[in-house]
Amino acid sequence: MALAVEVRGVEKRFGSVRALAGVSLEVARGEFFALLGPNGAGKTTLISALGGLAIPDAGSLAVMGHDVARDFRAARRAVGIVPQEIVFDPFFSVRETLRIQSGYFGLRDNDRWIDELLDRLGLASKADANMRSLSGGMKRRVMVAQALVHRPPVIVLDEPTAGVDVELRQTLWSFVRGLNEAGHTIVLTTHYLEEAQQLCSRTAMMKEGRIVALDSTANLLATFSERVVRVKLGAGHLPAGLLERASPEAGGWWRIPVADLAHVEDVLARLRSAGADVASLEVGEPELEEVFVKIMRQAALP
Amino acid sequence: MSGFPTLLYKEVLRFWKVSFQTVAAPVLTTVLYLLVFSHALSGHVQAFPGVSYVQFLVPGLAMMAMLQNAFANSSSSIIQSKVTGNIVFILLPPLAAGEIFAAYLLASMVRGLVVGMGVFAATLWLVPMPMKHPLWVIAFSIAGCGMLGTMGIIAGMWSDKFDQLAAFQNFVVMPLTFLAGAFYSMHSLPPFWQALSRLNPFFYAVDGFRYGFFGQSDVAPAASLAIASAAFAALSWITLLLLRRGYKLRH
Repeated sequence: MALAVEVRGVEKRFGSVRALAGVSLEVARGEFFALLGPNGAGKTTLISALGGLAIPDAGSLAVMGHDVARDFRAARRAVGIVPQEIVFDPFFSVRETLRIQSGYFGLRDNDRWIDELLDRLGLASKADANMRSLSGGMKRRVMVAQALVHRPPVIVLDEPTAGVDVELRQTLWSFVRGLNEAGHTIVLTTHYLEEAQQLCSRTAMMKEGRIVALDSTANLLATFSERVVRVKLGAGHLPAGLLERASPEAGGWWRIPVADLAHVEDVLARLRSAGADVASLEVGEPELEEVFVKIMRQAALP
Repeated sequence: MSGFPTLLYKEVLRFWKVSFQTVAAPVLTTVLYLLVFSHALSGHVQAFPGVSYVQFLVPGLAMMAMLQNAFANSSSSIIQSKVTGNIVFILLPPLAAGEIFAAYLLASMVRGLVVGMGVFAATLWLVPMPMKHPLWVIAFSIAGCGMLGTMGIIAGMWSDKFDQLAAFQNFVVMPLTFLAGAFYSMHSLPPFWQALSRLNPFFYAVDGFRYGFFGQSDVAPAASLAIASAAFAALSWITLLLLRRGYKLRH
């Protein structure tokens, strides 16, 4: 069975800037995949190349086994891309926008699906409103609907939650999760790493046009992040044995890495026997943010 | 099914929704030209025997308006989509270069023809007009609006800013349409300007269009149609080539 997304040695230059310096990547069908990286890492260029908005200098891309250049019609039918920037056509209402977008894919009489999209994205009451009159968040919802008019098996969301309120974020994620459970492959870029950690089973990290990490999210967390106990002492001092492992943080907190939850008990016992009084206590789970920071730092080394 | 009919529909709807600006305004401008020039020049110019200067002006001015509006339609639609970024909604669907070309071109021609008909409708009560050869009128309408519709696509793709498009419009399209013989017969010009006029493809659209009404023209209509059609075909070929490459659209 063909992969949902297959990227082979893709290179792209914009003038003197190397936006993509040889990227290869596979996303299997049904995956919820995170594409992470700082601004300018090449994520959007890669997504553009997938949708035919950018033409690579070298390499090839395919969606559901269809080459994006040679077999562009099938490839574009197979993918729905939500662009990063909020863009809209001010001449039309929400429903007109979605009907027109359906028509571009050769779909007439798509109103049942359009109604369902409007309903599930909380746009039903705005169906006849002009695009100009919508708030930024509402426009974003319309863009999501536009990317889905043709029910693509692969859905790519380029920072869909940038500058978006909590309610939309929750509507969006429950909607996208539902699509993933129904068998759609999701590729997501975001700067909110806790979203990626919660949603995505596999993660790629990009920097300066290259993939610098690619693994299951669980493996990345296990390798690069750790569980920690944070304590703030009311009285006494950290005993030797903990002091070497601990690092001080702002506000008088100490950060003590632990292998698993059983060791939390051990840390507390040691503090008690040293006569230290614990004023506040937190247990921190591994975080993708920490993985990200470490990998970006490593990747900076030659 | 192809996405072409929808793109055509959207492009027509786009100008129709603002028809005050895209149709009524150019019709009014043209009628004003007609009133002013016919008043100022009617005593001095007799282009064709048996044809009053006001009558002579109508087809030329109508064609000039048609050419300018056909150009304005595709060029402004593309530059607006590029500047606002909503061009992605046309580039992401499975539309081939030929489908995009045909939709923008036909919508431009529709706008040009609607403006042309508007001019005739508005001047009918002022000037009685013969129409000796309607087929020539139709043929030159298509060739003229086609040329400018395609040029509009090229200009829209080439421009990155409204400023550049305005330059193209003011320094290329405006002079070429204005000097295409809408106001005078080419034979009234000094030899140098006559020769220069013959290099202007829009001149043949105006001249042939006028032949359709009066059965008289500076150049034989078949020759004019051949030249205008050849220019249209060449521009179309260039436009398709650029679209296929994604020139300034797909980076």
